[in-house]
This record gives sequence, C-alpha cells and structure tokens, in this order.
Amino acid sequence: MKLRRIQAIAVKEALQIVRDPRSLMIALLVPLMQMVIFGYGVNLDIRHIPLCVLDHENGQQSRNLVARFAASNYFSLRRAAGSDREVAQALDEGDCGIALVIPADFSQRLNDGGRATVQALLDGTDSNTANIAAGYAKSVVAAFSAAAQLDAVQRRGGTLQTQTPVGVEARVWFNEALESRNFIVPGIVALVMAIVGAQLTSLTIAREWERGTMELLVSTPVQPMELMIGKLLPYFAVGLADAAICLGLAVFWFEVPFHGTVATLLFTSSLFLTVVLCIGYLVSVSIRSQVGASQVALLATMLPTTLLSGFSFPIEQMPAAVQAATFLVSARYYVEILKAVFLKGAGVVELAVPILCLALYAAVVVVLAARAFRKTLD
Amino acid sequence: MNPPDAALATTSAAPAIAVDGLTKRFGAFTALDGVSFAAGQGEIMGFLGPNGAGKSTLIRILCGLLHPSAGQARVAGIDVARQPEAVRARIGYMSQKFSLYGDLSVVENLRFFAGIYSVPRAEMAGRIAYAVAMAGLGGQENTLVANLAGGWKQRLALGAAILHRPPVLFLDEPTSGVDPESRRRFWELIHTLSGDGVTVLVSTHYMDEAEYCHRIALIARGRLIALGTPLEIKRHSLDGELLALACADLGRALPLVQGAAGVRDAALFGSRIHVTVDEAARRGPELEALLAARGIAGATARPIAPTMEDSFVSLVGKAALNAATSANAAGARP
Ligand SMILES: Nc1ncnc2c1ncn2[C@@H]1O[C@H](COP(=O)(O)OP(=O)(O)OP(=O)(O)O)[C@@H](O)[C@H]1O
Ligand SMILES: [Mg+2]
Repeated sequence: MKLRRIQAIAVKEALQIVRDPRSLMIALLVPLMQMVIFGYGVNLDIRHIPLCVLDHENGQQSRNLVARFAASNYFSLRRAAGSDREVAQALDEGDCGIALVIPADFSQRLNDGGRATVQALLDGTDSNTANIAAGYAKSVVAAFSAAAQLDAVQRRGGTLQTQTPVGVEARVWFNEALESRNFIVPGIVALVMAIVGAQLTSLTIAREWERGTMELLVSTPVQPMELMIGKLLPYFAVGLADAAICLGLAVFWFEVPFHGTVATLLFTSSLFLTVVLCIGYLVSVSIRSQVGASQVALLATMLPTTLLSGFSFPIEQMPAAVQAATFLVSARYYVEILKAVFLKGAGVVELAVPILCLALYAAVVVVLAARAFRKTLD
Repeated sequence: MNPPDAALATTSAAPAIAVDGLTKRFGAFTALDGVSFAAGQGEIMGFLGPNGAGKSTLIRILCGLLHPSAGQARVAGIDVARQPEAVRARIGYMSQKFSLYGDLSVVENLRFFAGIYSVPRAEMAGRIAYAVAMAGLGGQENTLVANLAGGWKQRLALGAAILHRPPVLFLDEPTSGVDPESRRRFWELIHTLSGDGVTVLVSTHYMDEAEYCHRIALIARGRLIALGTPLEIKRHSLDGELLALACADLGRALPLVQGAAGVRDAALFGSRIHVTVDEAARRGPELEALLAARGIAGATARPIAPTMEDSFVSLVGKAALNAATSANAAGARP
C-alpha cells in the first residue's frame, strides 16, 4: 500500500467534492432537515392528543380530573360526549385519539378511600401513539390520585412529610414521558447518520463507471485498499460535519441532556461513520449505476436501522430470532453508545463492549469493501 | 522526450508484446478468436478493423482489464493474465472513451496520475511541465478539462498516459472525432515516442492513419486477417492490378464490369468503380469499349495504386467468404 497513491486519490476526490457545491450543500442540509423532521415527528405525535370526555358524574372531583387532562400539554380537550355512542363515533371518525369515561360513582369511591377507576379508550390504529397516549393518561391520573390522596390524608390531619412517597411516585411518572424523547433523539442521530453516511459514498465508484473514468483507473497500478481509503477520507470529513450537525441539534435544539464527553462522542461517532461509509462504498462497488447504488444504500441503511436498531422498537420485546438479527445491525451499537453517553455520561471503559462490536464490524466491512472491488471489466 | 525508465523497459531480446492464440468469449459470443502476433520495441503497430471487430477487446486484454478465455499474452515480457499488476506499472493506456476527470483542471489531472503511478516527487514538476508542453496546453494549466476541445483533450490524455514513462503504450482510437490537423499532430507525437523506444499499439478507424504505422494488423470479426507493413498489405491483398473506372451510369455499369473478361473483383468506390483485373494495361481499354458499346457514356479507366481502403475491403470480403465456405463445409459434414 502506497501513501502516495492514497494521497493522490484523496486530493482528487476532495477537489471533486468542492467542485460540486450543490451536492455538498445537499450532503450538509439533508441531515439537518432529517433531524428536524424525524425529531418533531416523534415529538409532535405525543403532544395535544385530541381528547373526548364522557363524564357520567359531572361532579367536583371528576371535573378536576378533566381539568388536569386539559391543562397537560399532552392532551387537548376536543369534545364532551353525552353518550357511549358519541364516544365510539368520536374515536371511529378519528376525531379523537383518546376518550376518557368517568363513572357516576367516581367521587364517592374516591372519598370512601377505595379505588376509583376511569376508563381510557384509545384509537389503536397507530399503536405507537396509542401506547404513548395511554402512558400519558396513566401519568395524569396518577398525578391526580396522588393529589387526591394527599388531600385526603391532610384532611385526616396527617403531615405532608409522612406521605412523600406518593408525591415521588407522581413525579417519576411525569419524567418517564420526558425521557422517552431523550431516548429517541439519540436514535434519530444514528438513523440520520446511517442514511447520510451511506449515501455519501454510494455514488463514488458508480459515478466513475458511468463517466468512463474507471476504465483508465483500473488500468493503473492502484490497489483496491488504496482506492478505498483515498476515496473515503474526504467523505469522512463531510460525514464528521454531518455528525456535528446531528449531535449539535440533539443537544442544543432538542435539548437532550448531555452528560458525556465530546472525546467519547467523537471517537464512537468516527467508528460508526467508518462503518456506514464503508457500507455505502461496498454498495457502490457492487452496483455500477448511480441511481441503483443510491437506492440500495438507502434501503440497506434505513430499513435495518429503523426496525432493528432498537431506537423505535425495543429490542427486548422482539422475537428471539429477530433479536439475534439485531446484532448484525451496526446502528444497534451506536444507538446503545449514544444513549449511554448522552444520558449516563458513559465513557470508553463502560462502553467497551459496544465499541468493540462496532470496531469489529468496521474491520469486517472495510475488508469486504476493499475486496469487493475487482480491477477488471469482466 | 526522455527514454522510458530503464528499470521498466523490456529487454531487447524479448518482443515488447507477444500474443499467442488469444481468444475472448462473452458468453456464447466470440469477440476475439485465436489472435497471434508480436511487436518489437519502438514499433508502432496499428489495429485496423470495422466496428465490433474486437480491437478494444484485444487492447483491454493486453492492459489486464479483461481476462482472456484462451491463449497467452505477454507485455514487456510479463504474462498479462498471471501478473496483471506487474504489467500495469509498465504500460500507458488511453481508453476509447475519454477518461480523464472533466471537473479537474489540466494540472490536477496530471498530478493525480503522477501520484497514482508513483512518479518520483523530485521529477514530478518536470514531467508534468513536459506533458503540458507536449499537449500544447501551455497557459491553460488551470483550465477545467471539460472545457477543452477534443484534440487537446486527446493530447492531454496521451500526456497523462506517459507520465510514468511506460515502455509500452496502448491507444484505443485516440484520434476519433478529432480534426485532421490535430490528428496529424497526434501522430507526430506517436512517432516521437516510438523514436524514444516506446512500443505503441494503436487502434483506428481511419485508413489513412494506417499508413503512419510501422506495421498494421487487420482485424475483422475477432480474427486477425492480415499482418504486415502498409506496403506489404497493399501489395498482397489484391490478386491483380487496380483500375479506377469513371462513367455515367454506375449502377448499370457495375454488373457489366463484374461479368467482363479478366475482372476478378469490382466494387463501388465513391463516384468510381474500383476494378481488380489480371492486367490493367490490357483490360482498361477493353472495359471502356464494352461500356461504350452498351450505351454508357464517358467511360474512362485508369490504373491506380491500391489504397489501404481497397486492401481492407478486399481482405475483409475474402475473410467473410472464407468464413462462409468453412461454415458451409462444416454444415455439410454428417
Ligand atoms: N463486455 C462485453 N460483453 C459482451 N459483449 C461484448 C463486451 N465487450 C465487447 N463485446 C462485443 O465484442 C465485440 C467486439 O467489441 P470491441 O469493443 O472489441 O470492438 P471494436 O473493434 O473496439 O469496435 P469499435 O470500433 O466500435 O470500438 C462487439 O460485438 C461487442 O459488442
Ligand atoms: Mg473499440
């Protein structure tokens, strides 16, 4: 392997990137847009879910509960229904995402110190939103019941001190809602970087085949590994800029708490970037048309990352066979790393396992990508 | 031009290129069929043949870009199929399709290939300056290659191909689509390189260019149908002498001429009929008289020296005939 050749290729590739400012702009704007779209896609879904209320009691306590729902950011009171039929209609027509049915003996049961049950009916067509809405409904009810118990205890002459566990429980419920976003945004960073990284390199070889420059290049003594390293280096720089954009948005725009160090983030992100750039390169080597390569690269990164990285669907809840398949998805390790770095401030030592997995993954893809390139027209 | 690097040069004993029974099949289609020839150091060897003859396929095999289906090829003494990398360091290649980077400038392209071929850093500036001067691109070093005219592009591609001073050059139709003046300049460059001991293998469509080669190989349908100096080819390709016949009604005259005594072949050639006869001095007046008798006015036949095109048409026609008869013979066998 000659440094001289790697340098020649890297310089040439960098010049070509700079000479094509439109593509460069796209390479930097797309991750920004994807972060915002995916980020808000997740956040908007779980805000202001239209709520329909059927209050059979219509008493002080039940109106209190409804007011709590209406005051939360998660629900917007859309309709007060008069009958079960009206509730069903509101859900069927998609007018409301959730309906709250309060029994006629709500206050009575509450005041008797027993359990009062309210019924939440959800539109299950979007199971993800339904789950989240149910979670929020539970947390609003929990907050309400905590306040009610506190009230009851105080009326019986107890002190606030003795009852703090109830209060704590209410707060935990609310935090869970907040945390789900914090967990999801790092996953989105991984998703966007996987898509953009593979796209960056997916065209680099196919373009040379289409323009006819590859025929001359393969007639030279250049080695596959030199060609790959030389071509990846400038894209690595662009990819790092993309990573900075994504991670910056996560911290400063979506305000995900960041407890880790920038060095850990840089190191692990570089590792992941190497993997996705090489996947794009591998696709580019295998498919000699630019359009085909770009589409395959998109599918090869977006699908597994969305479905199997654990960022949208928890891995523990997948069937065993699918769980096994997730180990083949590089984003799985990066999602795990990002969550730990952001939320727990984990360092390289705590992350040794996913980092090693990612490094092994990178090594395998590097070798595959370099070997896939054959210096022949056959 | 400096001589090719001694370390990379072939020994004078072995031919620069030696090809033996080279065959290339793409699936059921045979693009190259048992081609054999050799070229010595400093020789300019031209490959002439119609579209799809197999010229590019042959050159690609010699550059190590395609693997031969059968046969052997040695370039600079090295077996191409076994050690393609060793061959690649010793050759320069200009592909049929222009393949420098249009979005890079003249010097950026040259620097790139100098780096790829590991031209010693100390010599890089000098060799790039030489390539720029050779291509006549002085003052345009920073022009994007996409903005260059065809002739300049081709000369730059040649300049890029010789940066590392290869002893063997493969040029695949380097002058196609280039104006005559640029073609002439290009051939001067080829001769300069040859004078420095570089073996040049060049394919072309242009019959007149064949005359600039030391030797030419005619290829048709994947087969080598003739090999020799331009003079040899022209002499031996025709069995007889050539007449150029001008007259009024060419369409009616042609079958008459073909049927006349002593005529071996006759074909339309622009506004004339080229007639191969056993004896030009005798048959010329005979043909004139024949056509006049049949009412075709203004028939004049005059002996001419055969051009490369005449030879080519004749040889390709014979090869097609041979192929047809041998196919028939094969088909007739039980
Ligand atoms: N990769 C390939 N797969 C299948 N057929 C091929 C391939 N490359 C070339 N051929 C066929 O082989 C034949 C010879 O092609 P080649 O390019 O060598 O001809 P050529 O003499 O260079 O023609 P031209 O003057 O048009 O450049 C053609 O019929 C072509 O279609
Ligand atoms: Mg060709």
